[in-house]
Amino acid sequence: MKCLLIELLIAPETVKEITLKEWDDIIPQARITALLATLYLRFKDSGVLDSIPVKPLAHLKSAWVVHNKQKESLEYEVRWLLGAFSDVDEPLIILKGAAYLLASLPGSRGRLISDIDLLVREENLDKVERELNKFGWLSGDQGGYDERYYRKWMHEIPPLGHSERESTLDVHHTILPPTTNSELDPNKLFSSLVEVRKDIFVLSPMDMVIHSAAHLFHEGEFKHGLRDLWDLDRLLRYFGNSEPEFWNKLLPRARELNLSESLFYALRYSTHFFETPLPVSIVAATDNLKPRKLYIQMMDFFFTRAFLPDHPSCRRNYYELTAFCLYIRSHYLRMPMYLLLPHLVRKAWMGWFGRSSEDGKNIVGQDGDRV
Amino acid sequence: MTVLGDLSDVEIDRALSEDNLTIRVGPYFYRLQTSLDAVKAGIKTLYSDYPLVEEQGFSDFHVAIRPPNRLHQWRRRVDFYIDNDRPFNRIEYRHAFAFLEWGMNWCVAQFANEYLKLHSAVVEKNGKAIILPGLPGAGKSTLCAALSLSGWRVLSDEYALIPLGSSNVVPICRPISLKNESIDIIKSFSPGVVLGPLSEETHKGTVVHMKGDLAEGSHDCRPVPVKFMIFPEYKKGAELSLEPRTKAECFMFAALHAFNYSLLGIEGFRTMSACMDAVDCFGLSYSSLDEAIEVFDQLALSEDSAL
Repeated sequence: MKCLLIELLIAPETVKEITLKEWDDIIPQARITALLATLYLRFKDSGVLDSIPVKPLAHLKSAWVVHNKQKESLEYEVRWLLGAFSDVDEPLIILKGAAYLLASLPGSRGRLISDIDLLVREENLDKVERELNKFGWLSGDQGGYDERYYRKWMHEIPPLGHSERESTLDVHHTILPPTTNSELDPNKLFSSLVEVRKDIFVLSPMDMVIHSAAHLFHEGEFKHGLRDLWDLDRLLRYFGNSEPEFWNKLLPRARELNLSESLFYALRYSTHFFETPLPVSIVAATDNLKPRKLYIQMMDFFFTRAFLPDHPSCRRNYYELTAFCLYIRSHYLRMPMYLLLPHLVRKAWMGWFGRSSEDGKNIVGQDGDRV
Repeated sequence: MTVLGDLSDVEIDRALSEDNLTIRVGPYFYRLQTSLDAVKAGIKTLYSDYPLVEEQGFSDFHVAIRPPNRLHQWRRRVDFYIDNDRPFNRIEYRHAFAFLEWGMNWCVAQFANEYLKLHSAVVEKNGKAIILPGLPGAGKSTLCAALSLSGWRVLSDEYALIPLGSSNVVPICRPISLKNESIDIIKSFSPGVVLGPLSEETHKGTVVHMKGDLAEGSHDCRPVPVKFMIFPEYKKGAELSLEPRTKAECFMFAALHAFNYSLLGIEGFRTMSACMDAVDCFGLSYSSLDEAIEVFDQLALSEDSAL
């Protein structure tokens, strides 16, 4: 089954042939994957906004309004972050969506973000957290288990929400959980940072791509998977043209960081879904990275399903099974078995029988008492 | 125009089960789906006069209330779905209808930015719209319900939708939410009032929704000019008083409690300004609904800005 959202992202000018009935699938597909504003700007940049009927256009444009506001808010939050980081001997390093926006990468047009991801050296984590606390970013009332889980087994402290504004920070000290079965030396990342503005750093182009890939292919949930894959496609296209030697250095760098497999999947599925152009030399080189035939067949089975929006209009069969397997896989990748099993049992139990977080309470949490 | 009530109960039940029912609520098309009898009953009671969208083209919001799987069906718990996504925590069957109403409000609150959305009830008579902003608990829904039972048209009980740059409100008449003691107040105000399913012990207490589209033309969604902004405050035993308020003060209050004022940036400011230029502002303290309604009736009869 073809997915109209993907076709329109690739070729926005084909919107002229879209019927109202088709829009009835496209808007939900884009809303679920957080790609509404991206889609709006794809149409705008192609000069085809006039061909979109009033109703769907209102939804696209509404999301664009949110994107604009997020961009402005990000600038504002970053000024506060600079203040917080000025007293610790630690560079301010921004990751993922917020980094794409701050670096004004062309692929960040329309990118919606839900939090600001930061990278901090492990030894400075406590110091940074204390400093961020002083500036109003506090970890919310996590359940005891979740908080322990984050701090002990994951590569981050619990999300820090601002007590007055709405911003949330995700502070990482490496780009993958330390329990992951991959020997990654985070210091290698710190050695090639790029200063996008005074005192604001992002990962180098290659590391940005590799990080994006590593993050995505260790994920257990793919609700916004298509959006993340779109990021990768855009990063590859842009850096492939603008960065000298990008393609020649990408694979060796991934090897150095022990993340070749993630990069392999990124290239494979970005090409599959978005027709990312790869140089012939890269295609040949990645062939060596290819896992065993049976294994790659299984991965293809999962990922050609998981990246499609979770919507009946573009769902393939065995979607539930895929989601379940990838969820287990993500945990398997980040935890040894003796941690994994108790964790999954506990999570499942809380999901099936937990009462604490139920009763629709976050319907209030989202919008104050306004709903 | 075909309305929901033109269909037979069997047809409505089937359409709701099959995700094949679209109604127009103000400017928005909602596709509704549910497997729960209580929710179906609530929809039949409160939405019978809502226009049906017969052509299955584009719907703004696809919403559903159903258990996610058999386990939760057995545990009698349901999810609110929009576009197959579940933005909220699971809820008990007995709160399902209230959950649908909150979820439907949330869709507009969350996704629509083609309007400035003030957090307020809006009522209309003689072509004059009156915006009633208010903190939760100020009694705006109760007053709005009483007005709707006294010849006023409800343009919204939740948000004023103001097209950008205008000083008009686009009507989005929805069932009116009544909480706790308001329920008995409204029942005794008008014994014939039509109420949907009662949800007890929700995080807001006891909640029931009341049929709000009682006036002629309730589902006409042409914009209506805004003439007054009134801040109602119910105070037990209080003398009726209508005090003018400064526009600056009201601007700040309404902006602060708007859903998307800051999101809209300069457009939000311009729209808010245009709206404030067009209204006279008052604070209304009351203890008797009848007296309060009399004040509203006088305002509806007044010449523009005569007060």
